Amino acid sequence: MTPDRLDPTGRLPRAFHVPGSSSFTDFLHEHDPRLLPGGRALPPGTVPEAPHGTTIVALEFEGGVVMGGDRRATMGSMIANREIEKVFGADEYSCVGIAGSAGVAVELVRLFQVELEHYEKIEGTLLSLDGKANRLATMLRGNLPLAMQGLVVVPVFAGYDVDARVGRIYSYDATGGCYAERHHHSVGSGSLFARGALKKLWRPGLNPDSAVRVAVEALYDAADDDSATGGPDLNRRIWPIVSVVDVEGYRRVDDGTLGDVVQRVVEDRRGDPGGTRAGRLVAGNATGEGDAS
Amino acid sequence: MSMPFYVSPEQLMKDRADYARKGIARGRSVVVLAYDGGIAFVAENPSRTLHKVSEIYDRIAFAAVGKYNEFENLRVAGVRYADLRGYSYDRSDVTARGLANAYAQTLGTVFTQESKPYEVEIVVAEVGRTAAQDQIYRLTYDGSVADERGFVAMGGQAEPIATALADRWSEGLSLGQALGMAKELLEGDAGSGEPRTLSPEQLEVAVLDRHRERRLFRRIEGHLLERLLSPSDPTSDVPREDDPRPGTHETLTGDVG
Repeated sequence: MTPDRLDPTGRLPRAFHVPGSSSFTDFLHEHDPRLLPGGRALPPGTVPEAPHGTTIVALEFEGGVVMGGDRRATMGSMIANREIEKVFGADEYSCVGIAGSAGVAVELVRLFQVELEHYEKIEGTLLSLDGKANRLATMLRGNLPLAMQGLVVVPVFAGYDVDARVGRIYSYDATGGCYAERHHHSVGSGSLFARGALKKLWRPGLNPDSAVRVAVEALYDAADDDSATGGPDLNRRIWPIVSVVDVEGYRRVDDGTLGDVVQRVVEDRRGDPGGTRAGRLVAGNATGEGDAS
Repeated sequence: MSMPFYVSPEQLMKDRADYARKGIARGRSVVVLAYDGGIAFVAENPSRTLHKVSEIYDRIAFAAVGKYNEFENLRVAGVRYADLRGYSYDRSDVTARGLANAYAQTLGTVFTQESKPYEVEIVVAEVGRTAAQDQIYRLTYDGSVADERGFVAMGGQAEPIATALADRWSEGLSLGQALGMAKELLEGDAGSGEPRTLSPEQLEVAVLDRHRERRLFRRIEGHLLERLLSPSDPTSDVPREDDPRPGTHETLTGDVG
């Protein structure tokens, strides 16, 4: 029997005409599951070594969220890529950052982007922010067979809720569990150190600029103690990827602006590698120096 | 046992074609025409939600007349086709020509093999980087494809509109002029010859705007549509900026907030 995806008459196969579904993933599942990240059966044996993405940080500010990621991918003890991008715009009002097995993660993000735009075109409206977060959870669940082979993907999803007018952050586990996070979150190998930094630097009522600075500081701290996280590369002028999502939508902080922020962080930490002075400066930006004891 | 009547293939196809044509002729018309900044779609459609014109992909849009459930099914299939292509290859590899071929095969197969043909006529249009690269494909119920230059009229009284467009359409019209012309021609499309006036609320208008980034499809409603249709108003093109309100930015209204 010819597979359904190859209709001998040349007409669009049946799956294209099935009404009722607005999901691209569901459509792929019907039409050609081989194109899904988790849709291929793995042969027995160990998966060869492949690049891993490392640290992602996300934090809320007044009226939005900031997400940042370092640029390093590692393969064992080797640097596989120093310019990998791990933070992506998912649609106009959300972004997604990925840690874990880079190949599968990038494929998952691409599918997620198509999924959101597909829904928008079929339905003529945007998915709610919770709807998008749940959709990503469903897709991760489909990836479970790969995760059990060691190809784990751990995303962070963040976006602007156009109804409630606030930014929100969602974290995930490899089995597809989806959890709303308060204030800030970090995943990946450097997350232990980034979370510590976020705890000390995050304040309620941050503005977007200070939130971008906090993200850069947290990534700096992660790179300081985690060998798999890339720090700012002043020689090559490679900066982290930092994105802002607020009422104006998703935008990536441009390299010029970010380069200035990174260089200021590096400058402020000269002779003060832990960044205690810089930490006070950030808090001061946000609260007007009010809590300096 | 009764013998089935013999029906010649010619007669069978003719009956099917007549059936489809009759269904299509019952509906109101849609006009698709190129203007200096892109391609405009104008449909007589009082509904705000049941669209005759829709986005398929970055540079590609779809317009249809006929039976709603049938062309809606084709629209969804088209979005799936385009997204599948873009996902498997790259966004730049999704073309109107490919989609028009897929539709042609589908309509052709349905016409000859299913118990009844689709009562639809559709246009697949892709806006190019320059006006010379614009592509407009018209597909009929039996799967025939025509590569049209500049304009297409479909639906109930398409013939007189197409004849008038052949006289009046020229390259380099502004959007205001193009919409005004389309509205005027649709107003003549009553069948009875009775002149009527169509208000902006009775029109569904959308454009593929060459001057935007990535997704180029925008619906036009509200004050912006009124201004574009008013001969005395100087507005002659869509603004470069989307409406500032949060949410989907598919529609341009010219209203702030």
